[in-house]
Amino acid sequence: MRLAANARVVAALGRRSVKQTFRRPQFLAPILLFPSLLLAVNTGGAGRATEIPGFPEVAGFLDFELAGAMLQSTMLVGVSGGIALALDIEIGFLDRLVAAPISRSAMVLGRLAATAALGVVVATWFVALGLVFGARVEAGVAGVALIFVLVSLSAMAFGGLGAALALAAGRASVVQGIFPLVFVILFLSSAFFPRELMLEPAATVALYNPLSLIAEGIRAPVIAGISAGSLLEGLFGIAVVGGLGFALSALALRRRLRTG
Amino acid sequence: MSGRIATVRALAFRGLNEVVRVPGAAIPSLLAPTIFLLGFVSMFGNLTELPGFTSDDFVSFVLPVMMLQGAGFTGAATGVNLARDIEQGWFDRLLASPAPRPVLLAGMIASASVRALLPTSVLLVVAFAIGADYPGVVGLLVALVFVAAFAALAAAWGIVLALRFKTQSAAPLMQAGTFMAVMFTTSYAPLELLTGWLRAVATVNPVTRVIEAVRQGFVTGEVSWALTWPGLVAVAGLGAVLVALALRGMARSGR
Repeated sequence: MRLAANARVVAALGRRSVKQTFRRPQFLAPILLFPSLLLAVNTGGAGRATEIPGFPEVAGFLDFELAGAMLQSTMLVGVSGGIALALDIEIGFLDRLVAAPISRSAMVLGRLAATAALGVVVATWFVALGLVFGARVEAGVAGVALIFVLVSLSAMAFGGLGAALALAAGRASVVQGIFPLVFVILFLSSAFFPRELMLEPAATVALYNPLSLIAEGIRAPVIAGISAGSLLEGLFGIAVVGGLGFALSALALRRRLRTG
Repeated sequence: MSGRIATVRALAFRGLNEVVRVPGAAIPSLLAPTIFLLGFVSMFGNLTELPGFTSDDFVSFVLPVMMLQGAGFTGAATGVNLARDIEQGWFDRLLASPAPRPVLLAGMIASASVRALLPTSVLLVVAFAIGADYPGVVGLLVALVFVAAFAALAAAWGIVLALRFKTQSAAPLMQAGTFMAVMFTTSYAPLELLTGWLRAVATVNPVTRVIEAVRQGFVTGEVSWALTWPGLVAVAGLGAVLVALALRGMARSGR
């Protein structure tokens, strides 16, 4: 009974968050627009990179870049979710939720359910964009399904980090300020270029960056096919980011409730 | 005349004040070009290995792009700030003042040109630290003039959109416009190495001429009139169109 009630709360808060995102174009536009533009520029400007010795076998540079664009987009989903949560804190909505007879975890999970749903939107957008402009998913329909799962889980994991930031800071402007950091972490991974061909010290950082694992997990079905190794690497990367996000969220929420 | 200059100066200082008073809002546009520079160099640095690449130093090749990108985002921020002023009613009070519209526009644009030198300074320090070639005094001056001019263009673009949509929600459109203008050029590679559609777009995009004018000093160590005048023509042409549109928008706002 309690589980069903919590599920209803999570669903209601998730629906509210999704509606909030679609109602405010300033939230949605950066999530899809900027990664799409960067994808277009990367593909057109660095498309000949596939001719560099050591570049993995790919049908085209767009095939290689799709994973990076999806990853960037899911990170922006996380930041956007964090901003929305911080706005909820600023207007007192979170305080009203705290006063309601619902579990604390349902409040954060509701927000994360919305980021997972936005992850599906991201995957749909970029897979469609890729197919329209000539990319090919080597693993076929099963590969597309796998991409959807990995992208949704990634969005949820980054949503956890965004929520942690929002709960710790309590101000949308502070979460917004984290925006450039998204690019730092992303550029220091193999999201947009093979790690072996990156310059040092970025190549070494990319080796230990969990985002590289996630990017390669999402990329494998596009350029090679489904492999257990890549899938497990991707899931491990998501688990690292998600675990960190959830732990920090729990700590930040506990501190916020204690200090008011 | 002195009254008009004072108005331009006051509006320009108001724009600069925002950097000091709301540093949190300024930090992303201050750091973003530098982050992009480091990221692009790390990722795409090996593009210089491609046959036909006109430079063996990717930092120097891509630095001008990031300088203009920083100027573009700074200019777009002027549009966002104007949209906020419109939302809060401050701009209506400005329009009711006896200051002529072109003077008001000049003040906003001037603030963008000066502010653009902040991210550029950070960018140059980092770029020289990681090995960008020094373009010489003339090359650096030419680059800075084009950066300030491009910030003015981006500000005019942002102002046109702010006056049209009258909401800060138009911010992504302002930023996306400048982003595309700068990146859909020879930003990553020489024209001959660009693929398909991007080569076609970069060929007709006037901002390509601006990038080549800024880039010349960093890549060749020399400044030539042959690479400078197309950039000046591009800036003048874009400026004439955007300022005319902005003035039309201001005239309509007052009705």
